[in-house]
This record gives sequence, structure tokens and C-alpha cells, in this order.
Amino acid sequence: MSDMKGLSTTPAVHALHPAEKPGVLVKPGAEPVLKATNITKWFGENHVLRGASITVWPGETVCILGRSGSGKSTFLRSMNFLEDPTDGTVEIDGVIVGADPFHKEGSERQERIREVRMRAGMVFQEFNLFPHLSVIENCVEAPIHVKGMARKEAEAIAEKYLAKVGLLEKRDEYPSRLSGGQRQRVAIARALTMQPKVLLFDEPTSALDPTLVGEVLKVMADLAHEGRTMIVVTHEMDFAHEAADRVYYMDKGEFAEVGPPEQVIDAPKDPRTKEFLSRFRTLGAKK
Amino acid sequence: MHTDAELLAKAVAKDEARRAARWQLRFRLGWAALLGLLAAFVFLSLNVEVDFLTRATPFIIEGIWITLAVSSASIVLATLLAALGALGRLSSNAVVNAIASFYVSFFRGTPLILQLLVWYLALPQVGIILDPIFCAIGALGMNYGAYMTEIFRAGIQAVPLGQREAAAALGMSGGTSFRRIIAPQAFRIIVPAIGNDFVAMLKDSALASTVALHEIVWRARNIGQKEFKTLQTFIIAAMIYWTLTIVFTAVQNRIESRLAAGDRNKAVKG
Repeated sequence: MSDMKGLSTTPAVHALHPAEKPGVLVKPGAEPVLKATNITKWFGENHVLRGASITVWPGETVCILGRSGSGKSTFLRSMNFLEDPTDGTVEIDGVIVGADPFHKEGSERQERIREVRMRAGMVFQEFNLFPHLSVIENCVEAPIHVKGMARKEAEAIAEKYLAKVGLLEKRDEYPSRLSGGQRQRVAIARALTMQPKVLLFDEPTSALDPTLVGEVLKVMADLAHEGRTMIVVTHEMDFAHEAADRVYYMDKGEFAEVGPPEQVIDAPKDPRTKEFLSRFRTLGAKK
Repeated sequence: MHTDAELLAKAVAKDEARRAARWQLRFRLGWAALLGLLAAFVFLSLNVEVDFLTRATPFIIEGIWITLAVSSASIVLATLLAALGALGRLSSNAVVNAIASFYVSFFRGTPLILQLLVWYLALPQVGIILDPIFCAIGALGMNYGAYMTEIFRAGIQAVPLGQREAAAALGMSGGTSFRRIIAPQAFRIIVPAIGNDFVAMLKDSALASTVALHEIVWRARNIGQKEFKTLQTFIIAAMIYWTLTIVFTAVQNRIESRLAAGDRNKAVKG
């Protein structure tokens, strides 16, 4: 066991991918807000992530594409340690947490993970609103009980974001009374009320009825255009094309291709990206 | 819509309503007949002695208060133990988990009456002498607590994983997440089970008659045996339990439907 410990950590030297350049909305000279280095994940014998790295500057929207099972969701969930990676380092807004598979539960580390999570809002595929709380209570719960914000202040912020997602009039409703699209918009407002540095979207429209996808994508596109920092795991090619500064194509746990959407989506170079997109097009054409 | 179709739909609906009403009537008649039979048996096979019954009935009925007191105190104790037990069973700490698991295994693995007798007859041997009412509360509370531990645990685990993840992603610590997000949702799942157990406890508290607790069964047996009229007194006791069960089941249904409606009503106006 003791000699195993020597194996546990790789020094985290963050290297930019040649195609990683700050997007158009990034202020010149700005430091990246999120750096994930060499993220590696083993589920037992299964090598799910093979040392994937990403750099996101403030104000950017990046999309992660890839087929089901490629590891893209696991990668995103490693950013806030909902999946604890086997190796690698995440730095968000100056808070650094490294993989530490032998001391995962250490309290000092857990506290830093919490710091990371407070800076990274997450929107889930299945919404995960709290069903016992009204819309406004869903939004203010964490600001009050995690950040220690005064209720009045938290409610004012929540109302601002509920208005932004177009659901202020639903503030006292319960989630069970909302449509899927409305629930996801509330989930976005809930994440925003924590005033995070970066938003993580994990296939936010995949659980939605096709008629409800548009309203959620519109909110997300608005956020992207006003300079929110976002990482979006998605299958929505049009959204990625329109809103992303950079697109990452993940294949078998590593990024096969990185670049602006015009390159990765319209003129992919990597054969794996090409194959994925060609299949996607055939399917899309049938729809 | 065609008029004929409308008429047909109305006729069908009317026929269905008529059949449902007839079913209800038969159901109630069935109950009434069985109740009548029971009453007839009681009156015909026993000597109805008004004098004895006017003495015995109030004496037995007085036991209701003890039955209710013991059952209420025991369910409170059981609920506390079950909450602790469930937290223990879900704890990542192996020793804590072992303690909780041992508790559940031991108290579910031995007869309730034996546990009761240990409290009343065996503990004095090591110098612990308790009033029968505390023996009953201790034994019922600890025994039911063991069963309810598993119910509580299942209730907590029934809250979807996504809720824990959403709470964690918002930066909540494990404790905050449990108090603010998981427990309130588990509570709604668990409450009906507590109600069920309370109704069961009302009847299991009769076991405490064996440790000289003056509850309903003890009273029925004592006053009945003295005058060789236990058939009468046991029937009175049975009627009391039956009534209590019906009343508390109704109360429980009320609470449950209010809990279920809670979301909907609140949804209309926060």
C-alpha cells in the first residue's frame, strides 16, 4: 500500500492545447477561470477518462461533443468532483483541487471541493429541482444556507435571474406544476443565484420533450452572448455552432479534436470526429 | 357530436353509476349482516347481565388511557431510535454502522414478549427495577425502533441520488444537504409508515398485560376471571381495540391525504 502512494499523483503542469485561444469576449490578458489538467478516471477496470485537459477563459462558452459513453459527462462531473477523478487537477477561480484517490474523504480536501462547487454552478439533464421547495425557495436555499446570505438579498438576486429565464411569475409555484422546459429554466436560475464563476451544463436538453428544447437553448444562448462562462456537454449541434467559442470532441475519454465550431463541426480533421458528425448528419436529416 | 352518440354516452355513464351504487349497497349490507351475526352471537350465547356489564365496562375502558399513553410514548421512543438507527446504517463509519446493524438484528431477531419479560423480570436480577409502564415503553419502543430503522433507511434511500448531487453541486455540506434537502423528502415517505406502526403498536401494547400493566387486556382478564365471565370482558376489550384501530386508521388516512395534497395545495398559493 505504501509504495502505491507514490503512484497517486502526477505533477499538474497545465499545458494549453494548440487550439486553445481566448474567445472573442475575453478581455485581453485575462487569466483562465477554469483549468482542468490531465483528468483521468478509472471505474474499476474501465478507463473512462484518459488524461483530458481543458482551459476556459472568463466570458467563454465551450461545448463538449461526443457520443454516449465517450466520457464527456464524467469529465464535466469531474470539474466539480461529483465524480472524483483518479488523477488530475482542477483549478477554478484560483481554488485548486487535485485527485487524491487514497485520501478522498480528507476534511480539508472536502472543504476545498465545496469551495470549487460554490464557484461552479451545475445544470443537470434531469433538472434535479428540490420538489419540496417552491421555485423561489429552490433558488435561495443554497445562497442562504451555504453562503450565509440574507434572505432578502438572496431573493432579490433570485428574482432577477427568474426574470431573466422568464419565470418570475412562477416564483411561488412548486416544481411539480412546471413543464420540463420551465423546470430546467428554474434550474438555471437556481445555479445563477449562487453567482458562480462558471456554469456547467450536463446535457441540459436531453431529457426534454422536443417541443420544449428551444426555450431552454434560447436562455442558454442569451447567457453565452452576455459573457457568462459556460461549459456545455450537449448533442445540440446548432447550439454549439452558434454559441460556442470552442468545441471539444471527446472520444474514448480524451479530446480527439479541439477548435472553433467552424472547424470542428463544419470541417473536422480527425477521422473520429468526422465519423461522429457524418452519423449525426444522417440521423439529423431523417428528423 | 351526434345526438345518438351523446345519448349513448349518457346511458353508459348512468348504467356505470347505477352499478357502482349497487356494489356499495351490497358491500355495506354485507358488513351490516356480519356485525348483526356477531352481535347475535354475543347476546344469545352469553348471559347479558346488565349489572355486571355496567361494572366491568367502565373498568376496562379506563385502560384506554394507559394503552394510548404507552403506545404514544413508545412510538416517540421508536421514532427517535429509528432516526438514529437509520443514520447509523447509512453512516460511512464502520463502527457506527456495526452498532446500528447489531441493534436492528438483535431486536428483530428475538420475540417482543421475551424482550418485555427481560425488562420486567430479568432486569431486577441485576438491580434494575422499573415500573411496568416504563418496561412496556422501553420494550415496545426499542423493538419497534429496530423495525422502523429499516423503514427510515429505505425512506432516506428512496430520495433520488440526483437530489444529493444537486445539493452537493450547490456547495452544501453533507449535513446541510441532509437537513435541508434529504430529510424533508424522506419524511413524507416515512410518515405513513409511522402511522401504520402506531396502529400496530396499539394492539401490541396488550402484551404489556403480562407485566401487570393495567391496560385494556389486563383489566378485561382480571375482572373477568374473578367472576368467570372472561368471554364477556374479552369481547368488550376486543370492541375497544377495534374501535381504536378504526379511529386511528381514519386519522392516519386524513394525515396522509393532507400530506399528499400538501404539494398540490401549496402549489396553488405559496
